[in-house]
Amino acid sequence: MIPTLQRSGSGSTQSPRSPSSQEPFLSVSVIDPAKMGNGVQAYISYKVITKTNLPDYQGPEKIVIRRYSDFVWLRDRLFEKYKGIFIPPLPEKSTVEKFRFTAEFIEMRRQALDIFVNRIASHHILQQSEDLRIFLQADEQTMERARSQEIGIFKKKPADLMQIFKDVQSKVSDVVLGKEKPVEESTPEYEKLKRYIFELEDHLAEAQKHAYRLVKRHRELGQSLSEFGKAVKLLGTCEDNALGKVFSEVGDKAEIVSVKMQREAHHLLMNFEESLKDYVRAVQSIKATIAERANAFKQQCELAETIKFKEIDLNKLRLTRSEKLADAEREYDVLKADGEEATRRFEAIVQLMNEEIVRFQEQKTLDMGLAFHEFAKGQAHLANGIAEAWRSLLPKLEACASS
Amino acid sequence: MMGSENQEGGEARLQASREEMESLVLDGDDGRDHIGNSITSQSYANYRSAMTTLSSSFAASHHPLSFPTPADSDPLLSPPSPQPPLLKSPNSPKPRTTATDDPRHLDPPSYADVVSSPLDDSIEANGGSESPSQHSENSASSFSRSPFSSSDYLEIVVSNPQKEAESSKNSIVPGNNAYVTYLITTKTNISDYGGSQFSVRRRFRDVVTLSDRLSEAYRGFVIPPRPEKSVVESQVMQKQEFVEQRRVALQKYLRRLAAHPVIKKSDELRVFLQVQGRLPLPTSVDVASRMLDGAGKLPKQLFGDSRSVMGPQDVVQPAKGGRDLLRLFKELKQSVANDWGASRPPAEEEDQEFLDRKQWLHDLEQHLTNASKQAEALVKAQQGLADTMGELGLAFIKLTKFENEEAVLNTQRVRAADMKSLATTAVRVSRYHRGLNAQTVKHLDTLHEYLVLMLAVHNAFSDRSSALLTVQTLLSELSSLHSRAEKLETASSKIFGGDKSRIRKTEELKDTIRVTEDAKGCAIREYERIKENNRCEIERLDRERRTDFVNMLKGFVTNQVTYMEKIGIEWTKVAEETNRYAKETA
Repeated sequence: MIPTLQRSGSGSTQSPRSPSSQEPFLSVSVIDPAKMGNGVQAYISYKVITKTNLPDYQGPEKIVIRRYSDFVWLRDRLFEKYKGIFIPPLPEKSTVEKFRFTAEFIEMRRQALDIFVNRIASHHILQQSEDLRIFLQADEQTMERARSQEIGIFKKKPADLMQIFKDVQSKVSDVVLGKEKPVEESTPEYEKLKRYIFELEDHLAEAQKHAYRLVKRHRELGQSLSEFGKAVKLLGTCEDNALGKVFSEVGDKAEIVSVKMQREAHHLLMNFEESLKDYVRAVQSIKATIAERANAFKQQCELAETIKFKEIDLNKLRLTRSEKLADAEREYDVLKADGEEATRRFEAIVQLMNEEIVRFQEQKTLDMGLAFHEFAKGQAHLANGIAEAWRSLLPKLEACASS
Repeated sequence: MMGSENQEGGEARLQASREEMESLVLDGDDGRDHIGNSITSQSYANYRSAMTTLSSSFAASHHPLSFPTPADSDPLLSPPSPQPPLLKSPNSPKPRTTATDDPRHLDPPSYADVVSSPLDDSIEANGGSESPSQHSENSASSFSRSPFSSSDYLEIVVSNPQKEAESSKNSIVPGNNAYVTYLITTKTNISDYGGSQFSVRRRFRDVVTLSDRLSEAYRGFVIPPRPEKSVVESQVMQKQEFVEQRRVALQKYLRRLAAHPVIKKSDELRVFLQVQGRLPLPTSVDVASRMLDGAGKLPKQLFGDSRSVMGPQDVVQPAKGGRDLLRLFKELKQSVANDWGASRPPAEEEDQEFLDRKQWLHDLEQHLTNASKQAEALVKAQQGLADTMGELGLAFIKLTKFENEEAVLNTQRVRAADMKSLATTAVRVSRYHRGLNAQTVKHLDTLHEYLVLMLAVHNAFSDRSSALLTVQTLLSELSSLHSRAEKLETASSKIFGGDKSRIRKTEELKDTIRVTEDAKGCAIREYERIKENNRCEIERLDRERRTDFVNMLKGFVTNQVTYMEKIGIEWTKVAEETNRYAKETA
């Protein structure tokens, strides 16, 4: 069993021990976004570097070129194969054309993709997936071929997807409202979990919205500080030497502070707002798993129903000693097997989800803890920096005021 | 005041203002104040907001005036009298102080409305300031006293607007003419007032009268401009918001007047503040009757009535439309000749220094406008940051509550605790930001105040220009009168024994010339007086501007330092608490 590894930071590879040691490891980084193609067809490609000593992989290091849709393929495949596991979320497709190639958007996406792959690589089950290996190792043509055969839930039309979510949601609310629906598991714990997940998404989305706005406010304040500084400098031209100089210095300081604000805005975006967004996406991924579980449960129930009826038919046939009995018995056996399979699948999902929830909560506490830390650190750094910058002017202002 | 019916009044006024000036000298308090003394900033304590107490050392520098030495012999040349001390004792800066603690700066610029209260989550974007009115109502009942009562002070509060109905008999427009009166309460120790506290009720029309009389009496001075008349329907006039805005504007205006070293001692202001009942100042007659007035005089003027010439009593005021149509025509003709004529006008604005100063003031005004606009934007941005930080904090508090309620695993509770620490800090920091912004508004308001002052400076300069125009017009007139006299002489001398009608005409002409000469002398003296007023005022403003601007910058910067330090401490705490999550690899 490959132990769960720490995910690597952006652009840097981290190995707990030297590569030559016997301890197995797998570390991935997504770097170097590059624009390819022109016009409407243009897209961004990324370098994906894998450092590993695992036998199945071409070690010690392999570099492949991947694009966003390759990541989507990986996610879809994993979602299909590993029902019950919360597949790490992907950054969204860009809906607004003009932002698709801004430096900021590209960097945000690269960071998110890096986190995505690393989460998969450090998940004790997912990291064994064949699809991951293909993704990390296959040459570009093979990758493209695989991508074009894509099937899965995310290929479904958005309307279908929405419907699934709506079904789950309505089921939750139905139960909450006391309307029992037969084809829905309704253990109190699970109901609680579903409700929790749905409400959590709302809360998180709101927090993320404010976080994004806060980034904007930093930028706006930085901008207006810069303008104000310029205006103060102009005003200083009306004054004589000593006072004029003071004005000029105030104006310069305002500009310096403005730059600090812009920097913090960026830091806030990449280290806090994006973490919140990631959290939201993760919760949405859980919702997809919940939908899968509901599906599996429904299948199981429906099969159980069918089996029941089949039993009744069978008994009828036995009593009448019909010649259809043999066929019916065969069909019944097949159904029984399917039923067991469905039950097995369902129970596997339940089992996995229980583990995943625990894992998820632990991971999120760490992730958020880090995000809060970065937030506080950045804000402290900014505030102290601003205080220091302005403080350096005070002696001169004091001297001017008393002269 | 122009017009024959006010002839004596005008002269008496000239006399009165001279006496006032003299009395300024004789009164021990008045005279030249120390140059470069930070006390001079006091004159604008009423123009702009109280200085922040974050720099309490700065506040302490506003110590009472030492009585300056008497001025020079010519009372007209004596510079402004000393300034009143801080009218309001400084408050300590709590993060929750708001711009509205000091009701003196509730006016536009629009950003002042942005900061209504740091504790409110909803900030009204424009107008509608309820908290300001609360604060000012509070201050209506309690004047905060500065401990420096040995020097002059003149504190004014405008409050308690009330609707009153005017009898429709006297008004041209029939029907119910309601208007609003305001209670004006004054506290002072200036001896002229002969009382320490009193109240009167005035309406806006009275304020216009006061303002007009002051402009006439104090030509060349930089007089704070009064609030604008609003050409709105009576419905709007009575609306709560409008009335409140006007009340605030009136208060600001009267306080500015009270802060002006010369005007605070004026009869006009005293009478306005003190005399009960009807305001005993000559009213500005409405335009319609003025036009009729002037039209009535015109025929006499055109037909060479002796009263058509400008007498000395007329020249001490600029020509006003309606009243002095003929004089207006003459001066207009002169100004056109000045602008377009081939020859130089009889007396030119030769003071290069003055012209340079004008240009410099023009530049200053431009830069002030720009800076004031940027200051507004800055305050809005700061407010936006404060608000969003607070909203983020609240969102996280909700999340924390949710996680705690729904927690199944302990790790959720840990996360909730981390989140709570961040959230409460964010809300606290948001309050600090609001506090910082409130202080910023106070300081940067100086920019706006000086912009208002620029208006007043323009007025002072145009007093000078119109006085000069009067002089030029008279000089032109005199020269044409003289040439007419010459022609008559020449024509007369050709006829032996003289010509009765011509002799009579010559005599009349000589009379006219004499009167015009007197007028010219008066006009020149008036012009010189105004020039001197200009000079003194500009000098005073220069000093005060430098001090005020330095203090503004100092206050602004000090605020930033103080609040940012506090905010830095808060966030450092949270960073330390969450240190265990930090990435091991830097």
